[in-house]
Amino acid sequence: MINLYINDQFVSVPAGTTLLAAAEKLKIRIPTLCNHPDLCVAGNCRVCVVEQRGARTLMAACCTPVSEGMDIHTNTLKVRNARKHIVELLLSEHRSDCTRCYKNTKCELQALANEFAFGDTIFFDLVEDHAYLIDRSSPSFIKDDSKCIRCQRCVRTCSELQYISAIAVANKGAHQKISSFHNRPMSHVVCTNCGQCVNRCPTGALVEKTYIDQVWDAIYDPDKHVVVQTAPAVRVALGEDLGYDPGERVTGKMVTALRQVGFDSVLDTDFSADLTIMEEGTELLTRLKKVLVDGDKKTRIPMFTSCSPGWVKFIEHKYPEFLPNLSTCKSPQQMFGALAKTYFAKKRKLDPSKIVSVSVMPCTAKKFEADRPEMRASGFKDIDYVLTTRELAVMIKQAGIDFRILKPSSYDSIMGESTGAGVIFGATGGVMEAALRTAYEIVTGREVPFSNLNITPVRGLDGVKEATIKIEGCTSDWKFLEGVELKVAIAHGLTNANKIMKGIRQGKTQYHFIEIMACPGGCIGGGGQPIPTSMTIRENRIKAIYAEDEHMVLRKSHENPDVMAIYKEFLDRPNSHKSHELLHTHYVERDDY
Amino acid sequence: MKNKGLTKVDLIFEKVDLKEVLTKAIKMSSDEIIQQVLLSGLKGRGGAGFPTGLKWKYASVEKEPDKYIVCNADEGEPGTFKDREILDRVSYKVYGGMAIASKAIGAKYGIVYLRGEYRFLLPQLMKELESFHKTIDELGYNFRIRYCLGSGAYICGEESALFESIQGERGEPRNKPPYPTSSGVFFKPTSINNVETLVTVMMIIQHGAETYNQLGTKDSRGSKVFSVSGDTPTPGIFELELGMSVQQFVNEFGDGDTKAVQIGGASGFCVPRKKFNETVIGFEGVPTGGSMKLFNSSRSMYNVLHNYLDFFAEESCGQCTPCRIGTQQLLKGVQKVKKGEVKSTYLNEMVKLADTMKIASKCGLGQSVGNAFRTIVENFKEEIIY
Repeated sequence: MINLYINDQFVSVPAGTTLLAAAEKLKIRIPTLCNHPDLCVAGNCRVCVVEQRGARTLMAACCTPVSEGMDIHTNTLKVRNARKHIVELLLSEHRSDCTRCYKNTKCELQALANEFAFGDTIFFDLVEDHAYLIDRSSPSFIKDDSKCIRCQRCVRTCSELQYISAIAVANKGAHQKISSFHNRPMSHVVCTNCGQCVNRCPTGALVEKTYIDQVWDAIYDPDKHVVVQTAPAVRVALGEDLGYDPGERVTGKMVTALRQVGFDSVLDTDFSADLTIMEEGTELLTRLKKVLVDGDKKTRIPMFTSCSPGWVKFIEHKYPEFLPNLSTCKSPQQMFGALAKTYFAKKRKLDPSKIVSVSVMPCTAKKFEADRPEMRASGFKDIDYVLTTRELAVMIKQAGIDFRILKPSSYDSIMGESTGAGVIFGATGGVMEAALRTAYEIVTGREVPFSNLNITPVRGLDGVKEATIKIEGCTSDWKFLEGVELKVAIAHGLTNANKIMKGIRQGKTQYHFIEIMACPGGCIGGGGQPIPTSMTIRENRIKAIYAEDEHMVLRKSHENPDVMAIYKEFLDRPNSHKSHELLHTHYVERDDY
Repeated sequence: MKNKGLTKVDLIFEKVDLKEVLTKAIKMSSDEIIQQVLLSGLKGRGGAGFPTGLKWKYASVEKEPDKYIVCNADEGEPGTFKDREILDRVSYKVYGGMAIASKAIGAKYGIVYLRGEYRFLLPQLMKELESFHKTIDELGYNFRIRYCLGSGAYICGEESALFESIQGERGEPRNKPPYPTSSGVFFKPTSINNVETLVTVMMIIQHGAETYNQLGTKDSRGSKVFSVSGDTPTPGIFELELGMSVQQFVNEFGDGDTKAVQIGGASGFCVPRKKFNETVIGFEGVPTGGSMKLFNSSRSMYNVLHNYLDFFAEESCGQCTPCRIGTQQLLKGVQKVKKGEVKSTYLNEMVKLADTMKIASKCGLGQSVGNAFRTIVENFKEEIIY
């Protein structure tokens, strides 16, 4: 243990601890900016400088390890003056049009300015010295370099968490900037639109592309019937933007709020998550049969899940030779979209051309997915607008709704019913668990052999999870699977996905079924979720997801009555011709540069 | 203060028998070499002046089997061109110094990081390196040197940015600690030394620390190669014994009208005429990596300062706030003071900013921008304002 003093208080911490962490232990707050709990230390903003008595220079608390006998002071005149200078310097480089900024009141630089640099500044505005461009090319997010303070959180996110490096540091000195490959527009580089950079950007330099106004326009258009669907992960995070602590389940209140906002039909993506399980589970079993029994060389296993549009774009760019392994199932959002303007329109006797289909997603990549040319199976654009969890919170606030006093209510019928299996799609391992609950039962006629249906080996926040499930007691149709040890793997965050893919490409690992989610923690950690994010916040959201599952009466997708109804009335059976038309898709190979 | 006056010496470029010196060094133990270098009082010749023996001592005690000796030949400080001359004329002494350093710290690999603009020297340097490798093979000493070229960024002369550059990364300084002696290039224990330092080590091993100690002063032992430029009738490379005053230097190299000497390049200090007598060139006074730029009364010190600030705003790596934005603010500030757009008292605010940059920047670049700024603004205020 290393012994030291911070502000004359004694503290003893293990070697290697940073001054910042040691101060935290003493409940001494040191302001930070470039530091982020999910990312490696950068030490470049210098906001966290502290003074070691007798030292020539100040030291950045985030990147300086403790050493024996240190005498650190966090609030001396020297420190205060330097910190004020540093925040003011950052402001001089940042376009401070705060009142018009999407991040107003949620900006970390603004908060620091409020604390250290209010009033007049001695510095000159440097923004006008640079020819900044606002890159609106991505359907998912906007990159505004004039608001960038070069903390490099986005750069670290993209390389460390996502193994993409769509954005990196270019140039030096006054010209240093966060740039894309050859400074191309973000729509034309290897970017998965995952939005993890947006989640970690301290300012308004990276924000999602909002469709709030378009949705309001549709709501107020008397000719339009506006259908909204909400993804599983939204209900356990929306509360964070509306005054609740992370991990609060606000499903019922959210449904009420959506009705008050003015949506004509309030439906649940969980329904189509259940539908996904039916389609994807059947596809998996079919693939296994083709490979194991028929010896079909064209069919590929392992099969990868395809719910996460960030992951889909990742594999299209980085591992295109494995596209045949990707489940042909559309994501729940897109299945829902295709059905909203067909099945739902028919049932409700609505003109599909007058339906505006809106989805509320924890995700920015969903905005891209909705724009994919393949996603027009209904004859229209299946999903018209995708809102993030954050955008929905904004709309609820705009509508003047006091969220806390709302009475919970339930989703509409027809495509509003769901099971616990659909809910857990929001957490890493959830799709796997939901699929196993159904597939195992189809094959054996019995429930999965786990207490209370909780398949614990596929849960948790380990980057890569593996599990083996022995299939025993198959019914006569599935005898070929008797005794088979089903090998599954789960990864969340594209760096972890890459680890799995590398193993597969090298032929080192063999699996039957793999679930991959682009974002850390799965959808609950998506790029459209409330800011900030951290491991603890994601853990709390995951706990809430599993609590939601436990509280559901139905917990297996194949028991969803709305799902049973749609097969009976419209789709016939999983993987039917109609299903393939509406619920399945194909992928494109993309360049790796 | 009494000083030793200006004495020209010729040790760095003196021809020596490489084989003889290396034979001697190889017979010495690591401790003996480090002891000799510590005794010599040699401080790094790149400008920062860290005791070379101490650096080697730290690197030698590291347990890691793979260690590196890196020669910093990214000579980028404005007004210094001595390393080019050394490499051009006595590169075998640089290689010899690296071999001695490798023996001291227990390294098997050496890397010379050569300034990209010196690429033209490479064919000749490689030829000499081949012959050096032959010599050490004959002596049965296991050590190999390779070259790595920079691409023109000033910041890559900063040791940790240089390591990043060698590793193929963007040249940005690292957070310290850890220091290079425990985690340097490829995150292995590394001793990084300036070209001239390594040659000086050859000299120390050849003649012994005690002989070497007879040159220079208590704080600044030995001699040093100076790059003399600016308003001087005799620009060029000169090896001088340390300990002279700026006045004595100006007497030798000035054109009779010298009003200021910039010692240590853009990151160094400006000494005005009135302080020539009292200022010693060396670690007791103004240290330098070798750059000595003389300005006569025809020069505008505003232009000099503007040029330096422009240089820093361009050459900052851009990573840390005080340096990236501070340099731009200082540049813009002096322009506005000159144009009369802000009051001249604004210079005081800028000096405070320079002080913040000195204590809050991540690396030596940002920390030293204030040196030139402060000394020019303080001594030539009228020239900046009017």
